[in-house]
Amino acid sequence: MTTARTKSLSGAAVPAVQRSPLTDALLNRRLWLTVLGWTVAVLIFFPIFWMVLTGFKTETEAIAEPSLIFSPTLESYAEVQQRAGYAKFALNSVVVAFGSTLLALLIAIPAAYSMAFLPTKRTKGTLLWMLSTKMLPPVGVLVPIYLLFRDTGLLDTRTGLIIVYTLMNLPIVVWMLYTFFKDMPKDILEAGRMDGASTLQEVLYLLLPLTLPGIASTGLLSVILSWNEAFWSLNLTSSNAAPLTAYIASFSSPEGLFWAKLSAASTMAIAPILVFGWLTQKQMVRGLTFGAVK
Amino acid sequence: MNKTRTSGRTIGGLRTLSLQAPAVSLLFLWMIVPLAMTVWFSLQRYNLLMPGMTGFAGLENYEYLFTDPALWSAMGTTLLMVSWVLVITVVGGTLLAVLFQQEFMGQGIARVLAISPFFVMPTVSALVWKNMMMHPANGVLSWVAELFGLPAVDWFSSLPLTSIVIIVAWQWLPFALLILLTAMQSLDEDQVEAARMDGAGPIAIFFFITLPHLKRAISVVIMIEMIFLLTIFAEIFVTTSGGPGLATTNLAYLIYIRALLDFDVGLASAGGVIAIILANIVAIFLVRMVAKNLES
Repeated sequence: MTTARTKSLSGAAVPAVQRSPLTDALLNRRLWLTVLGWTVAVLIFFPIFWMVLTGFKTETEAIAEPSLIFSPTLESYAEVQQRAGYAKFALNSVVVAFGSTLLALLIAIPAAYSMAFLPTKRTKGTLLWMLSTKMLPPVGVLVPIYLLFRDTGLLDTRTGLIIVYTLMNLPIVVWMLYTFFKDMPKDILEAGRMDGASTLQEVLYLLLPLTLPGIASTGLLSVILSWNEAFWSLNLTSSNAAPLTAYIASFSSPEGLFWAKLSAASTMAIAPILVFGWLTQKQMVRGLTFGAVK
Repeated sequence: MNKTRTSGRTIGGLRTLSLQAPAVSLLFLWMIVPLAMTVWFSLQRYNLLMPGMTGFAGLENYEYLFTDPALWSAMGTTLLMVSWVLVITVVGGTLLAVLFQQEFMGQGIARVLAISPFFVMPTVSALVWKNMMMHPANGVLSWVAELFGLPAVDWFSSLPLTSIVIIVAWQWLPFALLILLTAMQSLDEDQVEAARMDGAGPIAIFFFITLPHLKRAISVVIMIEMIFLLTIFAEIFVTTSGGPGLATTNLAYLIYIRALLDFDVGLASAGGVIAIILANIVAIFLVRMVAKNLES
């Protein structure tokens, strides 16, 4: 009785035969919710939509009266590609984001493994301490990092950025992997050990394949965070190692007509990350809130 | 069986140490070295433009900083930015979470659209808002204003702080929505149903069931946002450069000006120490909350 009632009230498909004033009211409610929900979603998404659209306009169309009707052109995309090394900035972003993610995973997997499967009294404290290093505001340590990088020649190098991003994301990566590993049934590893698997074999042949979805979403979150990071990239790079965040920032001093070009460059810079974000939104909550929200 | 277990434990202790060592030691260095250097520099007379003038300065940098009107203005700006963005994102995020929790047509896609801004890099969102939304001549907002017969607003010169708040809130509203939507999923439907049967209206249900259920998630959102919002940088860097005057210079941007534009290492470090202390006040509460959750 109660379950049937809950179902119809929450608006699940009701056969037309049962049409009654109650279901009519529900359909009406659903219609309004649809209109409201979509209006809000479209309004929030509008700047991104407009940017993508402007990227396909010519420069003159871009600053004309806002209009949805125009003949799309790839002119701006071509221009951005040719312009002083767009490819170089994109490559820097890819190398830095994926490089730091791989490095972070490599360091984090053994740590998360031991925390999940060989917990000691200190495990909880270590995890919390790692989390607390994330609370150090980057601007508080800007000066020493800048000077250290200057003196060691790491300023404006990809290696430098990879080091910073690896350490910046390490706590989140360890934390997320730890929660994924903990969800895995211990018996499987136990069975492997009985069959004489070494720790390395256990990790490589049992743990990693079984928790691959979790590792992948952890990696994607780390890529997203590194790709979008804009404090260190703006302060530690200038021309050689500048990733896309810094390249886009160079549009902040306008030169002539640049709206369509800015839009095209921005669209290319955010497109892959937007897709990654959509794919991992559910698991991302875990990493972003350190498991405090489930 | 028993034997393997005990020997496993001692070996386990050693293994734990070696497996965690790289992560722990690297993070320890990453935390302690720059922190110690910041504190050390903050007590030094150290300006890269005046190489001759070095030495121990005691609390001189702090003294100078605290008597500098720019610091107080930056603190005020930081506070205003953080509070406004928090109010907009938390209130808006809660309402949106309730809305997107309801079933409607194409709900999944609408949700994805609404959380998208969170994945846009800060420099892109700031420049898109600056040049395509808020531009006084050809921005969409001025075009809309014109439709209603209103004068166009020159956002960044007449309402600089509001403009930054709008941009940052646009980025963080989806974050609040994403977290709160997840928290909504554990809401007990039977409880809502029971309240409805007892004659509670949607508003009563929101205030007496939904909101108390979300309390924890909301406080997590507030704390995480505070830590990030305390040091907003890129959005200011590409739009107003802290101006006009000091109107949009927050603590992070002031430290950047002192360090990389004025090259005053000592003064910038003292500012850095203040930023660290502020962030830690918030962080203590957050870490405590996570710890509680880890136990249960």
